[in-house]
Amino acid sequence: MMEFLSVLWFFLIFLLIAGYFVLDGFDLGIGTLSPFIAKNDEERAILRRSIGPVWDGNEVWLLTAGGALFAAFPDAYATTFSGFYLAVMLVLFGLIVRAVSFEFGAGDPHWRKLWDACFFVGSLLPALLLGVAVGNIFAGIPMDAIGDYVGMPLFGLITPFTLLTGLLGLSMFLAAGASWAALKTPLDSELRARAIALRMPLQVVSLVLFVIVSIYALILIGPDMDANLSVLRILFAVLVVAGLVVAMIVGKLQDNDLKSFLAQSASMIALVALLACSMFPVLVNATPDSIGPAITIYNAASSELSLACMSIILCIGLPLVLAYHVIIYRTFRGRISAADLKH
Amino acid sequence: MEAFADVALLSRIQFALTVAYHFLFVPLSIGLGLILAINETRYYRSRKPEDAAATKFWVKIFTATFAIGVATGITMEFSFGTNWANYSRFVGDIFGAPLAAEALFAFFLESVFLGVLLFGRKRVSPKFYMVSAWLVWFGSCLSALWILIANSWMQTPAGAELNAEGTEAIITNFWEAAFNPSIFARYTHTVDALLIMGAFAAMAVAGWYMLKGRNKDFAMKTMRIAAVVGIVSSCAMIVFAHASAVNVWEEQPTKLAMMEGMYDSEVPPLYAIGIVDEESQEVIAPFAIPGGTSFLATGNFETEYPGLNELAQTEQFGDMNVEDLPVGLVFQSYHIMVAMYGLIMLTAILVLIFSFKGARIQKMRWLQWAAVLSPIWPFVAIQTGWITAEVGRQPWVVYPSMSGPEGVSLLTNDAISMSVSSVELWITLALFVLVYLILLIGWIRVVGRFIKEGPIVEAGAVKEGE
Repeated sequence: MMEFLSVLWFFLIFLLIAGYFVLDGFDLGIGTLSPFIAKNDEERAILRRSIGPVWDGNEVWLLTAGGALFAAFPDAYATTFSGFYLAVMLVLFGLIVRAVSFEFGAGDPHWRKLWDACFFVGSLLPALLLGVAVGNIFAGIPMDAIGDYVGMPLFGLITPFTLLTGLLGLSMFLAAGASWAALKTPLDSELRARAIALRMPLQVVSLVLFVIVSIYALILIGPDMDANLSVLRILFAVLVVAGLVVAMIVGKLQDNDLKSFLAQSASMIALVALLACSMFPVLVNATPDSIGPAITIYNAASSELSLACMSIILCIGLPLVLAYHVIIYRTFRGRISAADLKH
Repeated sequence: MEAFADVALLSRIQFALTVAYHFLFVPLSIGLGLILAINETRYYRSRKPEDAAATKFWVKIFTATFAIGVATGITMEFSFGTNWANYSRFVGDIFGAPLAAEALFAFFLESVFLGVLLFGRKRVSPKFYMVSAWLVWFGSCLSALWILIANSWMQTPAGAELNAEGTEAIITNFWEAAFNPSIFARYTHTVDALLIMGAFAAMAVAGWYMLKGRNKDFAMKTMRIAAVVGIVSSCAMIVFAHASAVNVWEEQPTKLAMMEGMYDSEVPPLYAIGIVDEESQEVIAPFAIPGGTSFLATGNFETEYPGLNELAQTEQFGDMNVEDLPVGLVFQSYHIMVAMYGLIMLTAILVLIFSFKGARIQKMRWLQWAAVLSPIWPFVAIQTGWITAEVGRQPWVVYPSMSGPEGVSLLTNDAISMSVSSVELWITLALFVLVYLILLIGWIRVVGRFIKEGPIVEAGAVKEGE
């Protein structure tokens, strides 16, 4: 039972991360793209309005993933959050200023520029650094016997590999943002034309970065990967590529923004699934010179009772959460119109 | 110089600063959430455009406040891992679940239905809109429940045992851990305080409009709603505060001793004001009711209670160094909180009487001013109350309470992140001060503007939703 629960929670954590990357991913993308595709106040308002009703709920996926990691694998939570201290703080400050920039920007014309800047920086920092963090737990960090990070603060976390994973994350978020913008902006607007013009190039960049990161990852920790999951890894790698390619094709040839956005999102889910299957059963890898061992589901999991309680909480909570999302996305479906901006 | 490099101290300062700041906005949003929901229910019944305008007014203020509460709340969830890694390792088996449950059950509910409130007036039915307002408030109360479960478990651990290596607290019973000995008293005490905060904030807005002679109808309606919520929550507080005090008496003897400045065992008297001389270990007070605290806690004037020096001799509290305890801070925080309650009750009664009997408050400028200033009392009470609760359990972060399982306790100094240096802490402390200051100014500007604008009745809104 313990074995089953540990494995289950390993994949559930990644499921929550996938939920966050897919949903808040396009919010972060919109925020980062905003200064480049919105040329006036009205266009900026349309972009903000496109994520206005949903961004907060989307962000809760991150809090859920963080809480679940704390509950299910406390050692992994403690090591990563304290080890990546300054990087986590930068993500945090980004999320903080982004959250308030929404509500404050609309109500304070004199400080609009400041809040617009906060919206951009607050989206860019998480969009870039989340990928860097994933790169680090994937490639490994030096730890002492208890599992405390012993490398150099912040700069020790930046390597060619983690920079590439950061850029891959960023490009995937930006592509999702462009897809969402294309889906929600008025049909014949210049804003939509600019979003579409960026969508495909961003998808191509994501594809190229994905291939590079995959090869690099295989060289780095390829031999350590769980052999039983190799079929799944190949499947998910194919799905990442297929999702992006389909997103490009339906976006370009059929001009179908919804299908393109969904394919883009599927590609993101496949990417997180691939990550999970490549790391299993490791949560935080250790570098070769590390004193402490890698943090795995076998040495970091909470007790059986704790995991069982968490499973019950999730069984009750997740259907509710999905229902809320159906309600909110249905209520606010369709493109933004001029009337919507008067709120 | 040592203090500059003391990671435990800096981590505590950072946590205290960020949590106190977070707790400026959470009480306002939970308190105002109720005012908002009551308003929307009034609109649902009346369908008058001015009631819709009132809801919209509160939604705007609520949202600005909620946003900053959400944003600064992320800090709190992250900080257990970033600054208190050893704490996280010690309690993860128990403490993580309520945090995850809070996000799953409460945060999603609040954020999704706030989206409806903000953008959905014309997209959903009036009934759905009203239900959304109540769901947002319900969600915020639920989130308070989960986070207070987590916090109360640190004050009075239960449903847990120490693992064989002595390195982790392991859960043995989920319900005992969740419904630990202090949760009911602390939840009701805290949430009731937040409702008082919301009512007084609404009073202040209404009082300001009365002073300016603007939005007369809205001001009077708001004053009445606030007066009712204010008096009910203030009266209920007598019961809840008493239950909390009794709980501290039973479970956390060192905290109680610090609250009353008791270094040596005695029958605790009741002080209204006083100063703790930490050198000579005495309370200097102009007057005291002998045995008063004893009476409040146990019903008789003669129950003796152990002082800090005696408690420090016991095995349970032996890790405590009496000279280092911030007794004066806890004593003052506690007594200021109680004094504030006196002002709260007085304001609530006056506003209630003069809001309803012929609405005489409309002509009483001094009472209007009192209403404008009134949020200061619950605000100070809430902050000092939390200082009492959190500083009072030092030097432990997981307190060795009387009914707690043996060995399940952790000293604050042993709870820190070993991989975080004092330099990194100084950097983030500076950033927190800077960013939080800008947010505060931004919030004041936005909310100030909303209040200046007042509720705006939309032309053509009469037919809407019918």
